[in-house]
Amino acid sequence: MALIDVVGVRKTYDMGGDLVHALDGVDMSIEAGEYVAIMGASGSGKSTMMNLLGCLDTPSSGHYLLDGVAVETLDDQELARIRNRKIGIVFQSFNLLARTSALKNVELPLVYAGRPRRERRDLAIRALERVGLGDRLEHRSNELSGGQRQRVAIARALVNEPSILLADEPTGNLDSRTSEEIMALFDELHGAGNTIILVTHEDEVASHAHRVITLRDGSILEDRRRSPVPPRISALGPTTPEDRAELLGAVSPSEAG
Amino acid sequence: MLFFDNLLTAFESLRTNLMRSMLTTLGIIIGTAAVIAVVSIVQGLQYLISTQLQGVGATYMIVVPKINQNQGAGVVTRQVKLTWDDGQAILERVPGVDMITPLVAGPLATKYRDRQHQPDFVLGVNEDYPDVNNHTVDTGRFLSRLDVERRRKVAVVGTKVVEELRLGSDPIGKEIYVGNLPVTVVGVMEERGQFLGSDNDNFVFIPFDTALAVFGRHAGDQVQLRLQASSAEITSQVKEGVQQLLRRRHNLSEDQEDDFQIILQDELLDSVSSILGGVTAVIGAVVSVALVVGGIGIMNIMLVSVTERTREIGLRKSVGARRQDILMQFLIEAITLSLIGGVIGLGLGYGIGALVSSLLPGDWPPAHVPMWAVALAFGFCSLVGVVFGIYPASKAARLDPIDALRYE
Ligand SMILES: Nc1ncnc2c1ncn2[C@@H]1O[C@H](COP(=O)(O)OP(=O)(O)O)[C@@H](O)[C@H]1O
Ligand SMILES: [Mg+2]
Repeated sequence: MALIDVVGVRKTYDMGGDLVHALDGVDMSIEAGEYVAIMGASGSGKSTMMNLLGCLDTPSSGHYLLDGVAVETLDDQELARIRNRKIGIVFQSFNLLARTSALKNVELPLVYAGRPRRERRDLAIRALERVGLGDRLEHRSNELSGGQRQRVAIARALVNEPSILLADEPTGNLDSRTSEEIMALFDELHGAGNTIILVTHEDEVASHAHRVITLRDGSILEDRRRSPVPPRISALGPTTPEDRAELLGAVSPSEAG
Repeated sequence: MLFFDNLLTAFESLRTNLMRSMLTTLGIIIGTAAVIAVVSIVQGLQYLISTQLQGVGATYMIVVPKINQNQGAGVVTRQVKLTWDDGQAILERVPGVDMITPLVAGPLATKYRDRQHQPDFVLGVNEDYPDVNNHTVDTGRFLSRLDVERRRKVAVVGTKVVEELRLGSDPIGKEIYVGNLPVTVVGVMEERGQFLGSDNDNFVFIPFDTALAVFGRHAGDQVQLRLQASSAEITSQVKEGVQQLLRRRHNLSEDQEDDFQIILQDELLDSVSSILGGVTAVIGAVVSVALVVGGIGIMNIMLVSVTERTREIGLRKSVGARRQDILMQFLIEAITLSLIGGVIGLGLGYGIGALVSSLLPGDWPPAHVPMWAVALAFGFCSLVGVVFGIYPASKAARLDPIDALRYE
């Protein structure tokens, strides 16, 4: 049984009589430990897909099975538990609590997990150290750069040790150098055994993933594996994007659009 | 655990919007302050009355003549009499009465050399008065039994009289005039201060029999009797005994009402308390409206807060907040807001009460805030927080996570 099973999912918005099919019958299956990029043009349904996978939204029809459980049958309590323990989400716009320290932001999922205060602090510090922000614990979110904010968001997503890490255009608001740093972080997390699904429209970002699913108008256009399955579990040490591009035979950065 | 985090979040969000929070709680502040100010003033008054009345003890009793209003037509209205003979009969025949004094009062001026002074009352009493009324002599002596029997021309005065007539540091032995009667001052009463607008030091006591001679022939027909029962337990029996004795002495038939009234100090206390209680309740009810208005202010600002923080709510849900977590967060914030208003209002109300008490003329008692008023104010503020916070909070809790996250 796959970690994620999406079966015939549709998501339709009624815009004053006009039906918008954001997702128009999507089937896919993702195993634990995969590193997946979801690509596609703007408006192709990437974010809608991501929100469904993150249990923030429910399909209009079809089924989403997470660990074999049909998500649409769950109530608020059970959904909250899944969002808290099983899934970590990173948003394009970071979505940190304003005027709140990095530490408090990262502690938030632990608060709702009901962890004791001291344990919360320890785990949050460890998560921030992991993303390289061990020296920015008490900085408020508005005192951090974009890259640092996204690192805080990533620390928050992984602090509860979820099995799935979702990211919707995590580098969309970052410059290319910072993007590379963030992507290196995702690579590392994948190396440590996390399942990673990220949405992007940049080939350079997608080149980090081992499988690329391309959407168009709410349907899957292409589902391509770019590295042998099962994916790399052991850490290979630092790799440059050029190395990886060469290795995978992907398009060069200059060609990326 | 989460409760404490919610509390911190509430304080944090109130602090970041400090000005707005203060303005929002203004209604609550004013409401609470008004309630506490009124209660503190009235309670101070009640507290003072209680202590003053309790000074004479639960065994204290006053008997006064009463004009019977509903005597049947055609019945010749008798002259209502209450005399010192009645009083002496009570002392002799009602068990449990150890001391009793008659009291007649007249509005006479006093004079000393070229100085005139109008005391509140010139009172004719006997030697039991200091014990019955728990009011002792400071210097000199009180009137004696012999003073009364022999109609001696002596007087005991209050400190105000000493002051007004300028009797000096040693008033004993000085000769003053009460009306046209020359009397010798034999004592000065202990100072008592003002109480409810009447000056307890502005009296002149003269022997009862002397007073009758000064006030005129009929003064002795309508005296007041003041007495003490020997113990609190038998007070009501004594009252009963006095009533039966007086009914017999006044030849009242069964269908006739008493032509006198017996006032127990306890009853006095009760009626004063109930009047003041009524005043407090009415004003309290009026002022509660201010708290409701304050509550609506809180609801308004909480709705604004929920809207402003829609994305925050979405984010919290995306990392695992349940509906009840969000509900509690905003409810606690509303209650905190209301309670902060309550605390400020409490302090302000007490300040206003103290200020008003000190500005009121005379010897108005100091403001007094009883614990129940504090508890009630906080209880009411919490209730306002819950009642007016529940709608915004449940609105926040019901937000769909993805809609909330997408909110611009
Ligand atoms: N809440 C919504 N209401 C109406 N239409 C929506 C809503 N969310 C998304 N859509 C529509 O669904 C389609 C897919 O949107 P989205 O998943 O955000 O695309 P992407 O993330 O790939 O750019 C778009 O046409 C968009 O206009
Ligand atoms: Mg999108």
